[in-house]
Amino acid sequence: MSAPILRLTEVTRVHGSGETAVHALREVSLDVHPGELVAVMGPSGSGKSTLLNLAGALDRPTSGEVEISGQRLSALKPDELARLRRRRVGVVFQDYNLIPSLTAAENIGLPLELDGQHVVAARQEARAVLKELGLGRLADRFPDQLSGGQQQRVAIARALIGERRLVLADEPTGALDSVTGEDVLSVLRARCDAGAAGLLVTHEPRHAAWADRVVYLRDGVVVDGSAVREPARAIR
Amino acid sequence: MSVKYGLLALLAEGASYGAALKSAFEARTGGTWPVNIGQVYTTLDRLERDGLVVAGEPDVEGRIAYRLTNAGLEAVERWWRSPVDREVTPREELVIKLAIAITSPGVDSAEVAQTQRAATMHRLQQLTRLKQSVDPATDLAWLLVVEHQLFAAEAEIRWLDQVEASVARYGRPAPFVEVEEQADVRHRHPGAGRDLITQPADSSRDDNEARA
Repeated sequence: MSAPILRLTEVTRVHGSGETAVHALREVSLDVHPGELVAVMGPSGSGKSTLLNLAGALDRPTSGEVEISGQRLSALKPDELARLRRRRVGVVFQDYNLIPSLTAAENIGLPLELDGQHVVAARQEARAVLKELGLGRLADRFPDQLSGGQQQRVAIARALIGERRLVLADEPTGALDSVTGEDVLSVLRARCDAGAAGLLVTHEPRHAAWADRVVYLRDGVVVDGSAVREPARAIR
Repeated sequence: MSVKYGLLALLAEGASYGAALKSAFEARTGGTWPVNIGQVYTTLDRLERDGLVVAGEPDVEGRIAYRLTNAGLEAVERWWRSPVDREVTPREELVIKLAIAITSPGVDSAEVAQTQRAATMHRLQQLTRLKQSVDPATDLAWLLVVEHQLFAAEAEIRWLDQVEASVARYGRPAPFVEVEEQADVRHRHPGAGRDLITQPADSSRDDNEARA
């Protein structure tokens, strides 16, 4: 198996100290490889968001190590960390977070422009990605001309544009109905099948079921990671 | 029950032979519930006894065609119009297991719930992949069956979440202690012997059928 894009090794995150210390995560180890989508489930307060923040380099662990594309985050200077985050990690939020004054193609191309790519090339690449996802007709529409499901699919395309190979999705289907949620999941699944690594936090069992692996957190501890997807086989 | 009405509904479309009914039943329900030919003939015999179908004379190949009587036709029409009876609560092993687990000393009910959740999630993953492979244009019946199973698996996971949340919220009940006097048992467990719904506990499917 190829090297993991995301690796957490015995990661612990404690908020506060002394008697009021809260262990948000306790010695969590997790690898996400290229082509893999891992779902994280667990009750509120179980550590899901902390895990996602650590994986996205938005927070630092109290102990343990987070690696993205083989780079140990603890060894990086703040500006290096910011660059890694910008260039390697895509984040998808529940409320899409598209920029309202930019079209779908412009939203998707924006991270490339921020990376220093020429605007024309960036938008060409954005259009190519939209076309690949069967959303080519949406390229010139503004977010308010898109449905929630369409906006979220555009957001996933944006999260994985360019060199980005890790997508972190925090309840990406939370604001969508079940069928639209599945359309979004199918895009996330397709991006992972094409080689990306995905970490998906969700409350929806039927959305977690799109993942290759489902990890359950309870009180900051991984209690089970045994629900592993197998190649499709006939159930009938 | 489902075979009986399934066969009646197929016969409402025209007279048919036992073997043809077997194939049609399986094909029309997505192939999920195979019936054996013996079950088909037993059901047809019972339907004939009840005056819902009549058997014709054997043809040259010895096959017997069955057709609906007026009473049979009425039974099918009533079936389409009535809801499926869910009032008789089936004994569900998982529910029994968790209900006992939360009052059994030394049993970690959260672990019991998690073991089931992981297994059901695994099934949900398989069903999700299966659903992706179904072409609704050619196999809508099968898609419908798969989706039903998907929803059932999802509901089970949600219920397991709820069990855990309730145990966390209200704490585990005290271990069950056998109390000598029956009245005390009723007092400690006000739910003892109660029906989930107002339906009499002894009503069998056949009774419901007769009422329908």
